[in-house]
Amino acid sequence: MGQSVAAVIATQPVTLAERPDFSVIGEIIEPNSRVLDLGCGEGELLAWLTKHKHVLARGVEISPAQVRRAIARGVSVYQGDINEGLADYPDKAFDYVILSQTLQETRAPLQLLQELLRVGRRAIVSFPNFGHWGVRIAMLLNGQAPKTRLFPHNWYNSPNIHFLSINDFEELCRDQHFPIERRYFLAGARHVTVFPNLLAQTAVFLLG
Amino acid sequence: MIVEPQCARFDNIALEGGASLSPVEITYETYGHLNSDRSNAILIAHAFTGDAHAAGIGHADGKPGWWDNMIGPGKAFDTDRYFVICSNVLGGCQGTTGPGSINQATGRPYALSFPVITIRDMVRLQKMLIDSLGISRLLCVSGGSMGGMQSLEWAVSYPECVLCTIPIATTWRHSAQQIAFNEVGRQAIMADPDWCEGEYYEKKPPARGLSVARMVGHITYMSDESMREKFGRKLRQKEKFGFDFGVDFEVESYLRYRGNQFVGRFDANSYLYITKAEDYFDLTNGTGKLTDAFRTVDTRFLVISFTSDWLYPSYQSQEIVRVLRRLNGDVAYCDLQSNYGHDAFLVDIAEQSEIVRGFLDSTARLARAA
Repeated sequence: MGQSVAAVIATQPVTLAERPDFSVIGEIIEPNSRVLDLGCGEGELLAWLTKHKHVLARGVEISPAQVRRAIARGVSVYQGDINEGLADYPDKAFDYVILSQTLQETRAPLQLLQELLRVGRRAIVSFPNFGHWGVRIAMLLNGQAPKTRLFPHNWYNSPNIHFLSINDFEELCRDQHFPIERRYFLAGARHVTVFPNLLAQTAVFLLG
Repeated sequence: MIVEPQCARFDNIALEGGASLSPVEITYETYGHLNSDRSNAILIAHAFTGDAHAAGIGHADGKPGWWDNMIGPGKAFDTDRYFVICSNVLGGCQGTTGPGSINQATGRPYALSFPVITIRDMVRLQKMLIDSLGISRLLCVSGGSMGGMQSLEWAVSYPECVLCTIPIATTWRHSAQQIAFNEVGRQAIMADPDWCEGEYYEKKPPARGLSVARMVGHITYMSDESMREKFGRKLRQKEKFGFDFGVDFEVESYLRYRGNQFVGRFDANSYLYITKAEDYFDLTNGTGKLTDAFRTVDTRFLVISFTSDWLYPSYQSQEIVRVLRRLNGDVAYCDLQSNYGHDAFLVDIAEQSEIVRGFLDSTARLARAA
């Protein structure tokens, strides 16, 4: 039974085509703004924003192969660690700093969020929701670190080192007085309006 | 693509050290075609012992250019799209005025009466060439090693004339280690009795000194790993040690070959002058404040370093990137994985090509949109 449920909640990694948070981020960002994307991967989002929103795009990525592909597609990306890179930027150097599906992989998420809001007038933070019902069921039935469509990795090779739910993030923002300007909850590409912590797979927060 | 060098001549150049040269000649090659609005020109700056023959097949000697794998139709610096220029540096010995050139005032080679030149002087002469070609703004200046220093100097000295800069395997100022290796090379030359205080042009050149200098240089261009792969402890055409001081190892044979070959194509005094120019190179003029140097620069940058380059280590490129980032500049950076050491920018070019091509393309697109 446990196995079959796990099978229903497929274990394929989320690919770019399945990144609905990108379309939300694309909607949020105003044309001609200055954007920094932390952990920008191959620069797909930045390339899209440059083309459609004429933004001034910058990116940081630690994987050399991804940096190469990002530069090859014309995005100004530098290879480096997002934590040490941010310290160089002056206050409010960007209109938006994006942290897309990366928060759960960072060693010191709180400091990073503080830096985001220092360097950017606003921050856009998206993350997979560990409170999603699929994760809860997988954990409940298997009694193992959940492996789901959202969290496809084995516990020992997962890049995710923090597991947070939407409620966790909301609580942190309250405690730290991070002003939440807007919030978007997604299940696939569909917007979730009720019980987001249970039903949403991905959350996108606009802070600042 | 058969190419021939051309030469431009100017009445005078004022040098950073206070002296001037008159006249001054600069040898250059071009590849591709300048478009009607003169917006597709790229200047390639060569490394220490390079020359103007960067690409194509030389008309005179049938040899490919030193960066022929990067410059040409469909290559990273695509000559179907861009007009590429490469000139020999001031102080050099392959067509541009240098210590081996005839001083018109005396009718004899300058030798050590040649004024000490700087990277900035080299760039100033390149600027005169670019002006004379009717190009007011370069799409890109790029080069590796000392070519990278010239690229950086272009961005700082003439920011309005450069849309993007691609400094590769380089530094914003020469470090103690880099100066040290250059000094060993200079001492090897000057210790050679044939050097004669630089007055050897009518006699025998200081071949032994120059070849030792080149051997040291070659070691610094490789890496422990690439030398291990290429030579290991392999013996040269023998099964056992010779128990003498002839060539035993492949690596010895290689260095001797490189050293001897170099003597035939390079002037020892140029070696002294150019290494000195490298050692004097400091974009901040001694203040150490790179932020000030870059403050007025709004050129796009693609900075490239190589993981195994210990002569121009990645941290030196990263210092440039950090400062540009602090100034909110447009900078892309990649530390490319390679085992080839400093030579990587010449030989390990697949990934370098990929990013240079994309970066140039996006710069050209930005230029069109502006």
